[in-house]
Amino acid sequence: MPSLALPARTRAFRVIPGFGLSLGFTLLYLSLIVLIPLAALFLKTFTLSWHAFVAAVTSPRVMASYRLTFGASLIAAFVNIVLGGIVAWVLTRYRFPGRKILDALIDLPFALPTAVAGITLTTLYAPHGWLGRWLAPLGIKVAFTRLGVVVALVFIGLPFVVRTVQPVLEEAERELEEAAASLGARPLQTFIRVTLPIIMPALLTGFALAFARAVGEYGSVIFIAGNMPMVSEITPLFIVTELEQYDYAAATAIAVVMLLASFAMLLAINLLQAWTRRRSRAEES
Amino acid sequence: MAAVISSSAAPAGAGVHRPAARVPAAVMEPPWARAVLIGIALVFLALFLIVPLAAVFAEALRKGWDAYFAAIREDDALAAIRLTLLTAAIAVPANLLFGIAASWGIAKFSFRGKQVLLTLIDLPFSVSPVIAGLVYVLLFGAQGWLGPWLQDHDIKILFAVPGIVLATVFVTFPFVARELIPLMESQGTEEEEAAVVLGASGWRTFWHVTLPNIKWGLLYGVILCNARAMGEFGAVSVVSGHIRGETDTIPLHVEILYNDYNFAAAFAVASLLALLALMTLALQSFVEWRLRSQHREPFQEQEA
Repeated sequence: MPSLALPARTRAFRVIPGFGLSLGFTLLYLSLIVLIPLAALFLKTFTLSWHAFVAAVTSPRVMASYRLTFGASLIAAFVNIVLGGIVAWVLTRYRFPGRKILDALIDLPFALPTAVAGITLTTLYAPHGWLGRWLAPLGIKVAFTRLGVVVALVFIGLPFVVRTVQPVLEEAERELEEAAASLGARPLQTFIRVTLPIIMPALLTGFALAFARAVGEYGSVIFIAGNMPMVSEITPLFIVTELEQYDYAAATAIAVVMLLASFAMLLAINLLQAWTRRRSRAEES
Repeated sequence: MAAVISSSAAPAGAGVHRPAARVPAAVMEPPWARAVLIGIALVFLALFLIVPLAAVFAEALRKGWDAYFAAIREDDALAAIRLTLLTAAIAVPANLLFGIAASWGIAKFSFRGKQVLLTLIDLPFSVSPVIAGLVYVLLFGAQGWLGPWLQDHDIKILFAVPGIVLATVFVTFPFVARELIPLMESQGTEEEEAAVVLGASGWRTFWHVTLPNIKWGLLYGVILCNARAMGEFGAVSVVSGHIRGETDTIPLHVEILYNDYNFAAAFAVASLLALLALMTLALQSFVEWRLRSQHREPFQEQEA
């Protein structure tokens, strides 16, 4: 075996064919579909003067939409980190009837088209809907308010936290918890001092993924939001509105701001995932 | 070690209180805490997953089966279904081909800048669907970079089928590649090297050595890619132009019906997409189970 592995390692490049073809096609396809169109977006903003650009991305209506989009996404991601964390815990640690079905259903928000999610949540939370009718007497309005935006974003972000925390919980060594318990720690102490630090990177990654997805979300939100300018209008919808009024420059400018925010989050997610990997590797050794 | 593997390999759900047997009582939370946690999780999942899913079908059938089938068989609905199937039939194979090429190039060879390439492949996931549509408007629209040239040559991309396909390809771009790359990386290159050294051609190596190893991961990526391709709303809505019967996909048709206050018909058509989602989840679970058993087999051989 070692005699075979040695030449393979030193000449790994040349033994398998197709490097040029596969990488060439990859780069061509990537450039045509993703890179050139995105570059066109950035180039388009250069047709605007700096003043016009700043005016377009800081008008009061856009600022209100940023506050709603980022605020609601943040709240939804927090709800998901708590409830999604509990769901991940319950699904990995306990056995109860229906667990496997629920586990498979967790991905529903990924699989269900956003428009279907949007009209369904709106119908459920409308004043006469299945859920809205119980909330109306309490004075809680969900459909066509900012609270509705949060509900839609919680739905959309639900799988992210669960699916990033679940594998970490499954791999986590119960021996550590047993050691803590045998040294006299109560379950809550064990959780806070032992388990939580282990799953923390995964929780944060799930949070960042849910947040990033929520910021760009369009289909599920526009039905339930009511879309009132300055009140319940999200930034992606505002971009569409500008496009429909043929104000391409303003739409592009706002899109660039959103895109830069997405890139920043992508970077944060990559760093978090690298951290998670380092953590789990350190535990293994 | 053997004990750990055998207990996790045993069929789950064989006994309801299985973990109690495996985990010492000292580590378990008190029963009331367990009940509260399970209760919270069940209420949350019921409210956010099960009730909405039930509501789609209940609303779809509100006016009875006849109205349901009438809504699906109506001309515009059939046109939307055809367009969605056509879009997926182009976008999914295109991204499948890309996914195979990208994973072969990235997983079987080492080169500088691999990490950057991986990040760029993931890029479409972090771009808002609305922006994915917008970039094609800027390229192919009347005011866009290529717009005047396209108009001169009488080629329609925006507000036509090609634009819808392009936007769909963009949003479903990473699915197959990001499923295959880690899988192929974990499998290494030894089997392919052996095949090539024994005289197999590159294609033959791929068909007979690599493909059997990655088939379940490949299927998994295709399932996810297809679900998104058929369900995409934001990006397609920006480039479609909403011409009834011509450039409306199923999700866009749902929106039109809903905005016309034709709720029963909107949910009837939406229920098709919900069924697609359920099928996707079922297939996903099946493929995950195959992937897991594929992983476990070499383990058991070692144990034996």
